[in-house]
Amino acid sequence: MAEPDHRRAQLPAVQHLVVRYAKRGKMRFASHRDVARVFERGVRRAGLPIAYSAGFTPHPKISYAGGAPTGVASEAEYLSLALTSREPAAQVGQRLNAALPDGIDVIDVIDGGPAGGVGPLEASRWQVVLPGVGQADAARAVAGFLALGEAPVERLTDKGVRTLDARAAVVGLDVLEPDPATAEEGCAILRMVVLHTAPAVRPEDVLTALRQRYGLEPSAPPVTTRLEQGSVALLTPENVS
Amino acid sequence: MPVESVYPALEPLLPRVKKPIQYVGGEVCSVTKDWDSAEVRWALCYPDAYEVGAANQGVQILYEVLNERPGVLAERTYTVWPDLEALMREHHVPQFTLDAHRPVSAFDVLGVSFATEMAYTNLLTVLDLAGIPLFSAERALAHPLVIAGGHAAFNPEPVADFLDAVVLGDGEQAVLAITDLIREWKRAGRPGGRDGLLDKLATVAYVPRFYDVAYHSDGRISNVKPNRQGVPASVSKHTVMDLDAWPYPRAPIVPIHETVHERYSVEIFRGCTRGCRFCQAGMITRPVRERSITTIGSMVAGGLAASGFDEVGLLSLSSADHSEINEIAVDLADCYEGTNVGLSLPSTRVDAFNVTLANELSRNGRRSGLTFAPEGGSERMRQVINKMVTEEDLLRTVTTASASGWRQIKLYFMCGLPTETDEDVLAIAALARRVIAAGREASGRRDIRCTVSIGAFVPKPHTPFQWAAQCAPEVVDARLRALGGALRADRAYGKAIGYRYHDGQPGIIEGLLSRGDRRVSRVILAAWRDGARFDGWSEHFSYGQWLRSAASALASEPVNVEWYTTRERDYGEVLPWDHLDAGLDRDWLWQDWQDSIAPGGAAEVEDCRWTPCYECGVCSAMGTEIQVGPTGERLDGKRLLPVVSRR
Repeated sequence: MAEPDHRRAQLPAVQHLVVRYAKRGKMRFASHRDVARVFERGVRRAGLPIAYSAGFTPHPKISYAGGAPTGVASEAEYLSLALTSREPAAQVGQRLNAALPDGIDVIDVIDGGPAGGVGPLEASRWQVVLPGVGQADAARAVAGFLALGEAPVERLTDKGVRTLDARAAVVGLDVLEPDPATAEEGCAILRMVVLHTAPAVRPEDVLTALRQRYGLEPSAPPVTTRLEQGSVALLTPENVS
Repeated sequence: MPVESVYPALEPLLPRVKKPIQYVGGEVCSVTKDWDSAEVRWALCYPDAYEVGAANQGVQILYEVLNERPGVLAERTYTVWPDLEALMREHHVPQFTLDAHRPVSAFDVLGVSFATEMAYTNLLTVLDLAGIPLFSAERALAHPLVIAGGHAAFNPEPVADFLDAVVLGDGEQAVLAITDLIREWKRAGRPGGRDGLLDKLATVAYVPRFYDVAYHSDGRISNVKPNRQGVPASVSKHTVMDLDAWPYPRAPIVPIHETVHERYSVEIFRGCTRGCRFCQAGMITRPVRERSITTIGSMVAGGLAASGFDEVGLLSLSSADHSEINEIAVDLADCYEGTNVGLSLPSTRVDAFNVTLANELSRNGRRSGLTFAPEGGSERMRQVINKMVTEEDLLRTVTTASASGWRQIKLYFMCGLPTETDEDVLAIAALARRVIAAGREASGRRDIRCTVSIGAFVPKPHTPFQWAAQCAPEVVDARLRALGGALRADRAYGKAIGYRYHDGQPGIIEGLLSRGDRRVSRVILAAWRDGARFDGWSEHFSYGQWLRSAASALASEPVNVEWYTTRERDYGEVLPWDHLDAGLDRDWLWQDWQDSIAPGGAAEVEDCRWTPCYECGVCSAMGTEIQVGPTGERLDGKRLLPVVSRR
């Protein structure tokens, strides 16, 4: 007997949109998989003509650039949507925003292929708030770290303990000068530009090195935010020029 | 007075726990209402982890019903995992709601839904973290009222001391009646204090502390009597008679964290009269009340649009029994063709028609597995439990399924049923082999798989088996081992057969909690104090801990775990739940129990939807009646159902 073919015929994608979105507030605790679930439902709620993969279990065609880790906020996450009919990018942004939970917020939608639009995402600029850490202590630790040739740290991953060189991936690191008008009492703010390496070095790995080598110990969990993603040239013009 | 959010205190703990997203709320379709403009405030609790609780249909329904009312506010709370529990204790963060992170202790009511008895220790964690005294008798005016509902609440006696009131049956109208009583009481200046409110609630709910339980010297109950005027001797369940008037959930909360059911579920009817003797749900939810095809159609359209889910589950205790299931399946499949919406029917009834339905619902999708629940391995066993499925039925069903492209057949069974012998369980192995042979023949393929899934039977209150002796865990485990050996014995089928089983030990504790009386509360408290949490999760459950707790807590009583579980009861014994009325005539239940174990073979009870009433007692006692179609209506896809993403 002939086997019935149960694969679904799907409409082809005619447009790729790049979405820059933020992960803010409570939503910083969403994992990569949580964020994917949110967008899969969001595009359906928004009624967007999302394309689906072929095969027995079709999935909406959404591809994610490496997301910020669970617990880390971001102002610069990227994904691309494949649509089966052309839609104005700005409208897609509005409709999607209305369909997403507060804290997963669309910042910008750019028309363009998965490769075009935003350029290469080679590195990220991060901000790390360290509660209970003094300005001078932070500055000393940062100076020491930058002078190192390498800074091996261990991190527990799903596959066991891995050793990474936290120093090699850092192309920029400084302590933000406190603004007397807005500065929070007793916390230091770091800014760092970290290359997207494999395996990935995260801001937490840099903090591990700062803690282990210079005793930089926050009194409460640090709050980390990705501010920007892009090319090294874009994020560290001072190094390039 | 405004109530402050505990989130600032909780937030620094979240980076230190697993899957913190489950504690932050903020999901699409969740609701946060103004505290001060609400007169009656409910914290709705499903006492298990978020990933289980957020998928619970009952809590979702009540959340919407309450929040739709002006002046009423409802938020959700779940049991936190032990990692967060420890941090909350260390940092003095109280039990909170997800919606606005308000402390549970600030609410008027803590409503707890018990789908299973294995969540009882989780109730104690919630109460304790909330700062609410564990015992009802120790609570003051300022503490929330602790009200339980759900199927397990049909025998709440093992947790009666921890509860202020218990609602039996359907919650939609009951929660509004309770809300009205609380509002009136608050407006009147809380006359009579906490007791004054409970006195009023005793008209719509069971208030355990208004009943005294007396015992014989041998440990049996001698009587259960109201201890104050105006309290009914027996408390009746609530029954919602028009499901079309209660089309909930309309806009289900869309979890960010992964949950056990990632779909929009519609209850297509409530109740079941198939009469399976082991099935508590089928007994306590009578009569059958169908939701109409048109309401189902509009709920599906609205629910998908509001949530963005891509799967619809058509729920009920036996979904293929809806009088218009054929039309529902065909019309929904038509409406959602080409939209990548999946439709599913939890298929448990063994017949070829069920396969036709499954084919229709999976018209353009993947045909992976079909599930059937013969429950008993031998035909004799299935007669005892009144699940009248012949082997011929099953093989014909499998043949139809395999011929239409289904490759995996999952079969559910129970072990330890009344009168069961080793042979009844071993018969499952022969059945599984015949299923594979039939599937291979019908499909002409070798990749047919059959998974046998089996767990220990636990006798439940308000069923004909409420008097039965539960099978000892050693016997259950020996039979499960023997079945495993028999399933692996024949190499021609070995790899085609999968085997999953749950051993007998958790079933004994479930049995203790299911048929226990008020003395069992001491066991629960002792186990919880010893660290028992999440007992429904095998990685957290400790049989030894429960047995130790029972031995110490019941040391001064003439009863023990065996007395509650493996002991058969006789007709005259007062059962702990006899004063709680599910509508079922006790004599009818007893006769059905006797019929099931008749030496000459069990007598069959047919379904009263298609045969004359056999007077189980529910309709006459509760003033209800069976409500089934057909309505003759159809869903016109383009007109009735605005399809979600077919632009």
